[in-house]
Amino acid sequence: MSFDNPYEALTEDNDARWAFGTGFEDPLAGVDRTVPDGVDPAGLAAYCLMLGDDALILSHRLQEWCTHAPELEDEVAIANIGLDLLGQARLLLARAGAAEGRDGGEDHYAFFRDEPEFRNVRLAELERGDFAELVARLLVFSAWRLALLTRLAGSRDPVLAAVADKGVKEVTYHRGYAAEWAIRLGDGTDHSHERMAAGLATVWPYVGELFATHPVERALAEAGVGVDPAGLRGEFDDVLAQVLRAATLDVPDLGPAAGVSGRTGRDGVHTEAMGHLLAELQSVARAHPGATW
Amino acid sequence: MVSARRDARTVAESVTDPELPMLTLADLGVLRSVSEADGRVVVAITPTYSGCPAMGAMRDDLERALRAAGYADVEIRTVLSPAWSSDWISEDGRRKLADAGIAPPGAAPPRPPGPVPLTLGPPVHRVTCPRCGSPDTEEVSRFGATACRALRRCRTCAEPFEHVKEI
Repeated sequence: MSFDNPYEALTEDNDARWAFGTGFEDPLAGVDRTVPDGVDPAGLAAYCLMLGDDALILSHRLQEWCTHAPELEDEVAIANIGLDLLGQARLLLARAGAAEGRDGGEDHYAFFRDEPEFRNVRLAELERGDFAELVARLLVFSAWRLALLTRLAGSRDPVLAAVADKGVKEVTYHRGYAAEWAIRLGDGTDHSHERMAAGLATVWPYVGELFATHPVERALAEAGVGVDPAGLRGEFDDVLAQVLRAATLDVPDLGPAAGVSGRTGRDGVHTEAMGHLLAELQSVARAHPGATW
Repeated sequence: MVSARRDARTVAESVTDPELPMLTLADLGVLRSVSEADGRVVVAITPTYSGCPAMGAMRDDLERALRAAGYADVEIRTVLSPAWSSDWISEDGRRKLADAGIAPPGAAPPRPPGPVPLTLGPPVHRVTCPRCGSPDTEEVSRFGATACRALRRCRTCAEPFEHVKEI
């Protein structure tokens, strides 16, 4: 059989094999999405968007590393970590859509919300830096998210509990990858030590925000559905201390990055980097709504 | 009426994984259940990893195989809990992986309640080279061509090989 171009041969007989454009299958197809008794569906949706946006936005930053990583092995590792987070984001956005009774939730949330509607922590969106900055960001993010998902696995919402339980296995690998690179660079040459310390200093002002409890998080934690991030700080500090000691690095002595009148990522107030990121993430879907190709 | 059709479970169990085609979905442990009532077949599958891009292809392949076997009414459901574990790969599946030059996973790490401890350095379990059988192998990268595989190298025969990770 002959084809006009190689893509035709790839898609012969079986378009569903290829993930083009929008219109993906619902990742929660067949999963019971009933909202548990006594849980406010709008609150549950808002909470899922927070955790889903964290994963979606950091996944996008990781995808920017494709073809830019220092070695092939790290190229593959970073892409895999980005894919894991994208998978978590899809499940969480789909869970938000189901709670709100919105069809096609994940596409809507990813591509058609504006910046103030995104509720990710600002750490996820920061401009892409060098490899050491990536390692620092991934270490901080994974240590925090793993502590969060471990607790979320006991959620009263069976969908969130299942997503979290699965995520624990994945993020354990992410944290291990980042920790090992932090040690290799920190305890490496003078130059790599300096770069690793600088990377850590770049992301550190955004650490405090990870443990600030938003009213949505507080309400969902009280309902036994979500996790209050304030309770994660002890575990986070222990893990970071273990890694930084082995990496011969100090905890940066830096205050938190200012928000706007105290409002930060969870309130929909972002850094300048966010608009540029969303422009790239959303432009094609917005130019061709509903397109598949 | 006695049907000449192959049993729906047998059909579903024979569908292979799109990324590891030497394994059936049953070998891999992602096929969770097959039920048949009044001509309607309901198949439940679970993703190996949250972002597994092969889920769409699996659903598609299952549906096509069952339709080809004469089942018109087919539903493929996703189940998320309990989360997939590499322990679910069958003995048969492990042998097929090794035959294909991919080291099968060892036992998945236990998950006691509470914080996940941070372990630094290479994993303690031994992985045997699927080519020469030497236990003297090293990890090259914990992430491989798909989310479920790592890259390793044998120190005896010097060949690189893939290893299905323990999760």
